Amino acid sequence: MELRLENLTKIFTNKTGAETTAVSELDIVIESGTLVGLLGPSGCGKSTTLFMIAGLEKPTGGKIFFGDDDVTKLAPEKRGIGLVFQNYALYPHMTVYNNILFPLENLDVPRTEAIQRVKEMANLVGIGELLDRKPSQLSGGQQQRVAIARALVKKPRVLLLDEPLSNLDARLRLQMREEIKRIQRETGITTIFVTHDQEEAMSISDKMVVLDFGIEQQYASPQSMYNNPDNIFVAKFLGNPPINTFEAEVKKGHLMINEHKFMKFDVPDGLYDVGMRPENFRATEEGFKIAIKDIFHIGRDTMIHFDFNGSNIRALVDSDNIEKGQKFVHLTIKSERVYIFDKKTGEVVNHG
Amino acid sequence: MADFIKNTKKFFAKVKQSIKNFFWNIRRILNNGKRRIGKFLDKHNLNFASKFPGWAKALVYLSPALIVLSIFTFWPIINSFALVVYENYNMTSNTITGYTLFGNFITVITDESFIVPASHTGSSAVINTLIIVFISVPISVLLALFISAALNSIKPLKSFFQTIFFLPYVTNTIAIGLVFAYMFKTDGGLINQLLSFVGVDTAGLSWVESGAVYWRSMFVLIFYSIWASLAFKIMVFLTSIQGIDKQYYQAAAIDATPKGRIFTKITVPLISPMIFYILVTSVIGAFKIYNSIVALFGVTGAPSGVDYNLQSIVMYIYQFIDGSNAGSLSVAAAGSLILFAIILVLTLVQMQVSKKRVHY
Ligand SMILES: Nc1ncnc2c1ncn2[C@@H]1O[C@H](COP(=O)(O)OP(=O)(O)OP(=O)(O)O)[C@@H](O)[C@H]1O
Ligand SMILES: [Mg+2]
Repeated sequence: MELRLENLTKIFTNKTGAETTAVSELDIVIESGTLVGLLGPSGCGKSTTLFMIAGLEKPTGGKIFFGDDDVTKLAPEKRGIGLVFQNYALYPHMTVYNNILFPLENLDVPRTEAIQRVKEMANLVGIGELLDRKPSQLSGGQQQRVAIARALVKKPRVLLLDEPLSNLDARLRLQMREEIKRIQRETGITTIFVTHDQEEAMSISDKMVVLDFGIEQQYASPQSMYNNPDNIFVAKFLGNPPINTFEAEVKKGHLMINEHKFMKFDVPDGLYDVGMRPENFRATEEGFKIAIKDIFHIGRDTMIHFDFNGSNIRALVDSDNIEKGQKFVHLTIKSERVYIFDKKTGEVVNHG
Repeated sequence: MADFIKNTKKFFAKVKQSIKNFFWNIRRILNNGKRRIGKFLDKHNLNFASKFPGWAKALVYLSPALIVLSIFTFWPIINSFALVVYENYNMTSNTITGYTLFGNFITVITDESFIVPASHTGSSAVINTLIIVFISVPISVLLALFISAALNSIKPLKSFFQTIFFLPYVTNTIAIGLVFAYMFKTDGGLINQLLSFVGVDTAGLSWVESGAVYWRSMFVLIFYSIWASLAFKIMVFLTSIQGIDKQYYQAAAIDATPKGRIFTKITVPLISPMIFYILVTSVIGAFKIYNSIVALFGVTGAPSGVDYNLQSIVMYIYQFIDGSNAGSLSVAAAGSLILFAIILVLTLVQMQVSKKRVHY
């Protein structure tokens, strides 16, 4: 089912009348059966967006559509969604088994099938042994998996996951990530997956939305967002190690770095913020000569530190191309991998 | 003018700050002094407080309460155990004629109007009390639960309604009792007027006056004791319901849980420790019922001119306490111990049940 947010806005007003804009005019269409990652720093309005879609929080403005139905005013129980809460919200007085069974008790499901589904789901998320325990007797990661099972067991039309893997260890996180992706593909549930981990979002999402202060920054597929960020915020948010940014001038169509012409760009002259990803540099015979400040060999790759216009820049290059004790290196980078951002608006000016 | 307001505000903010500073400094000086004294005592090996184990210190802090409790609670309890074995104890001369193990218990148990209803009363203290306990406590607990759940979901005028339901608690029981007695008057009482309004023949339909049948006066009594005990229960339940984390209700809403199931499956289990506490205390309280009956029916515990009696166990015990007859205090003591035993057993049963039903 297609999910459409139109101008969705949420403004919290506290008792003294101070206003917080948690979500501002969010306008996105989530195609049926896709998994969309909602990505952004802490406090940017991810949970608020999910809560509005779930119906637990009333939007200040805008509309929410499930398919062709306007559900903006619909009560949460009528929306047929599954939600994994950021803090799990497992019923503390029920066993794991009853927690997972609870949603099914409210649906028209035969008892034997319900029990079957609970068992299957519990095994799927790897808590089949823990069905008799109370949530307080589980670790954070185990509770999180119970919460996932509880959301999935009723086969919802829309699945909302609020940082569902934040408490798992690295290995389990990878495993659950794949599991969620697999279940989502098989069932074709339209899913929104909230996370502040950019790598997780990139690996699981069909498309991603990046939010900052409640404002949509970009909505695109992970790879195209990574290669063509709309603005400096998105560019900085994605990628590990993070993108290098520095100030540079464009003079007569040439980007100037360390008082040399670096590359030709078809942008108006002026001062810009420039971004280059560490892994996009290549060490070659020719190219831009830089003085190595620091060098770290990390197995296959080598991290070189140097200065561009006074800012520390990192380049990740093949270890084979660097020799021990080298003081200088020649680097190249493709022009489409150089991002020039407007200093005021942060918008990219040489892409798009 | 605006300047004036601004300056006044600034001034008060300053005053507030200096007051806070003052208390902060006071605390610093006191702490400093304490540390110095502590150091001094440690140095000269005089710090007795740190030499005592924790429980000894706790005992010292508890001693005022313990002394008062010993005088007014423990000593009387011990005494009543002593009284029970006395034969013909005379309070004024402080003499007894001998000892008996069960004599006083037998006197109480075989007494007309304690357990077995005597022919001329048609009711007994134990039966009356049990009826009151087992009808009024469940009803009032359930009612309080529903009312507090309803009150919690009211949005406009929330505190107004909460105040209304709490008012009976701050009103005097005797006063409410008198109001009840007046409401249930045979001639011109509010209840009878209402009944005749809907077409019931109320001529001679008496509730608390002569001619009232047993169940009618019992109804008024139970109605009254439910009403009088409701306010406190509602307050306790409401506060505990308000303490439930909102997210459980959000999760329940996501799972399309019907209202009734939310109440029975989420609200009630989550406040079950409080329900249990209220249940135990109200059972104990209802067994000790006394002043409600006096307020409605006077010290005799019966409407005038009826052949039954609404006496409770405590009222039964109370009539022996004047000690005018030799041995009556021992009978009272035996009655008290029986009451104590009943309450003890019931509380133990409740605790046993709660192990399965209460979620902490
Ligand atoms: N009930 C509320 N009243 C007032 N402000 C709120 C309320 N709930 C959230 N906010 C504010 O709205 C903004 C967005 O909050 P939200 O919980 O959606 O962030 P988030 O993106 O989920 O962050 P995190 O990654 O830390 O969970 C925050 O600035 C927060 O302080
Ligand atoms: Mg959140």
